[in-house]
Amino acid sequence: MHEPHKDYLGDKFGMWLFLFTEILLFGGLFLLYAIYLHRYPAEFHQGGLELSRIFGAANTVVLITSSFTVALAISALQQGRRGLCQGLLAATIALAGVFMVNKYFEWSAKIAHGIYPGSSEMAQAGGTNIFFGLYYVMTGAHGLHVVIGAAILGFCMLRIGQGRVTAEDFGLLENGGLYWHLVDLVWIFLFPLFYLIS
Amino acid sequence: MTHKHIIPFGLLAKIWLALMVLTGVTVGVASFDFGFLNVLVAMSVASAKALLVVLFFMHLKYENRVLGAFVILVFVILAIFIGFTFFDVAWRPEAGA
Repeated sequence: MHEPHKDYLGDKFGMWLFLFTEILLFGGLFLLYAIYLHRYPAEFHQGGLELSRIFGAANTVVLITSSFTVALAISALQQGRRGLCQGLLAATIALAGVFMVNKYFEWSAKIAHGIYPGSSEMAQAGGTNIFFGLYYVMTGAHGLHVVIGAAILGFCMLRIGQGRVTAEDFGLLENGGLYWHLVDLVWIFLFPLFYLIS
Repeated sequence: MTHKHIIPFGLLAKIWLALMVLTGVTVGVASFDFGFLNVLVAMSVASAKALLVVLFFMHLKYENRVLGAFVILVFVILAIFIGFTFFDVAWRPEAGA
């Protein structure tokens, strides 16, 4: 059978280039956050008190652990332990699910308290409104990345199951893993900025 | 051509443990009030965690040097655009609006 062209290093560089655009995308949002924190320190402090540290810390543990399981999955595949790799990827996707369920409860609680963009409570809130606006945009953009990342890892599982991604040809899983770690990286900064600022 | 470097499970577990400890540290420190220093400490711990993730989980420690240089460059660019914006923002008189 004809061997398809593979460029392992090129694929990896391409993935990192894409991650650079992601870093600058979130970087822009972090810049916006920094400027408004500088302008409204008291309101940001107050806003941070409204967020649940328990939820935030739990989701941090969940996401870091999911990064760990992906890294393990890559090592497992490289050692030829396919079943273990699949199991670790399934665990990662399950952890992504836990993260999103936590997020759902968190957002629901906020919305129930009248804290959402355009609510009457927020309309007069000034700096607090900006804090929660950034909270929704940044955790929302991050949450979207969690969902996409889980889908990518699901695709990797499928390809491993088909025998298209193997112990010798593992580039796809590595690059999928890189995306997942980026999601973790962003959260590592979001967590202290929103939950621990008070 | 694949450059196969397998990170042992034990090392990954140590990194995970270090990340957990650092998360504990950042939550613990946040319950004391050091004023602006809190933000500084939180960002330093977050940067340390990010470094561990990039070097080991993202495998950068074992990658091509050129790739490493690119990654550093991106963070330098990020620091420039955040830093330079603050040269402006931090020296403005209290706008009040």
